[in-house]
Amino acid sequence: MTVAAFTFYAFAVTTLLGGLMTVMSRNPVHSVLWLILAFISSAGLFVLLGAEFVAMLLMIVYVGAVAVLFLFVVMMLDIDFAELKAEMARYMPLALLIGVVILMQLGMAFGAWDYSEGVAERLAAPAGDVQNTAALGQLIYDKYIMLFQLAGLILLVAMIGAIVLTLRHRTNIKRQDILAQMYRDPAKAMELKDVKPGQGL
Amino acid sequence: MVEFFTTTNLGIVLLILGQCLLVLVPLLVALAFLMYADRKIWAAVQMRRGPNVVGVFGLLQSFADFLKYIVKEVVVPAGADKAVFFLAPMISFVLAVIAWAVIPFNDGWVLSDINVAILYVFAISSLEVYGVIMGGWASNSKYPFLGSLRSAAQMISYEVSIGLIIIGVIISTGSMNFGDIVRAQEGSWGIFNWYWLPHFPMLFLFFISALAETNRPPFDLPEAESELVAGYQVEYSSTPFLLFMIGELMAVVLMCALVSLLFFGGWLSPIPGLPDGIWWMIIKMSFFFFIFAMVKAITPRYRYDQLMRLGWKVFLPMSLAWVVIVAFLAKYQAFGGLWARWTIGG
Repeated sequence: MTVAAFTFYAFAVTTLLGGLMTVMSRNPVHSVLWLILAFISSAGLFVLLGAEFVAMLLMIVYVGAVAVLFLFVVMMLDIDFAELKAEMARYMPLALLIGVVILMQLGMAFGAWDYSEGVAERLAAPAGDVQNTAALGQLIYDKYIMLFQLAGLILLVAMIGAIVLTLRHRTNIKRQDILAQMYRDPAKAMELKDVKPGQGL
Repeated sequence: MVEFFTTTNLGIVLLILGQCLLVLVPLLVALAFLMYADRKIWAAVQMRRGPNVVGVFGLLQSFADFLKYIVKEVVVPAGADKAVFFLAPMISFVLAVIAWAVIPFNDGWVLSDINVAILYVFAISSLEVYGVIMGGWASNSKYPFLGSLRSAAQMISYEVSIGLIIIGVIISTGSMNFGDIVRAQEGSWGIFNWYWLPHFPMLFLFFISALAETNRPPFDLPEAESELVAGYQVEYSSTPFLLFMIGELMAVVLMCALVSLLFFGGWLSPIPGLPDGIWWMIIKMSFFFFIFAMVKAITPRYRYDQLMRLGWKVFLPMSLAWVVIVAFLAKYQAFGGLWARWTIGG
């Protein structure tokens, strides 16, 4: 077994194990941690495919940002596990149905799947001279710039929508104005009074 | 002999292991003295004497501390999630160490010379938050949990601006490899060829973001002792605590190395006639560590909402605008290609 094959199987096994344990874990925080393991192992698989840029993005975006927020939310949930399990039994038939449907869809897709000639050579890293970061950049920013911009626009709309939905301006609270605070100086903020004994202000 | 190390599998593995040790051992030894330097500088600013008992001038203080941490008892709090509790410091330590795999100390002196080196370091430093979150959660205690929540929000916020500043440097260089980034800063002007000049304002933003990213004062809110006892480290003792501490300090030294590589030309000499070499890299890193230590000594701690405001409302717009500006300056080769180093053959 070559080193590459060994690493592939190591990453593949940890990815599957991570995915399985994400579903099986009793504790939701453990689930998220297993999910992170699955993410990292699949980043390793991308590196093996020669797609190091995608691998690093997977690490930065999914593990470094999305999963942190996941963990953030899940840690603060107050969950009663026994209750959760009882609930789970109720939805078992529905879940099984969905699972079977997805399995059949996958089976149909792969049943009709056909490989073109010489696919084995193309499984290896394609680029040649061009680094895959540069190759991706040329594809996204030159060839598919319109689609890329449209995707960005959709995300922007979604972001604005989320902000508008959650933003509420409350008028009955005191706010801090950082600029005003910084421009305060002792001469304007304080007033020195000469207090005479026995008289007060 | 040479053949054995370059052709056989066992030889290659041994060679890589040897190289790893060659990086790791000097790094850990240097870390012990940096820890001592940190405390000495802090003490000097406060007109104290600092560690001065163990060894000459207290030079061996860190080693004494090391022994103390090793032989103390490991205390596991009741109700703690044991596996995650011990996993957290290990993650913290391992992540801090593996980032050094792509840091070059001299031209070609790097363990792994990969194309996306800078993204790799960025990815690793964005993973470092997990050690803190897991440690705080697994301790099953209030203060650690508050500390870990704070650090999660803080590190994510400042990663964004660090990432954008790095993008500016990548645009200027046209590569994500550290070797290329440093070589792009080479030129007959010496110190004025380095990126601190064209990327001037971002240098400060990067440095401040690095402070926040590594939980150093004045942004050490996850372990603010006046509010949270010691934040996520409260329940840790003995070796796990030592691992946390080494991981934290190693991340600081990594940030020093990053500043030196990205903005101060790594191993290049500041004066054109003098030879380049690893000593320049070490001098630069030590200088930035000194600045880190001084900042720790002379600044009061930020308030948490101010920290968030600074990250999202000041740093993020500024660094985002800078990316756009640099993109234009590089595209139109302003000032003879000051921002587009690939055009002037640097």
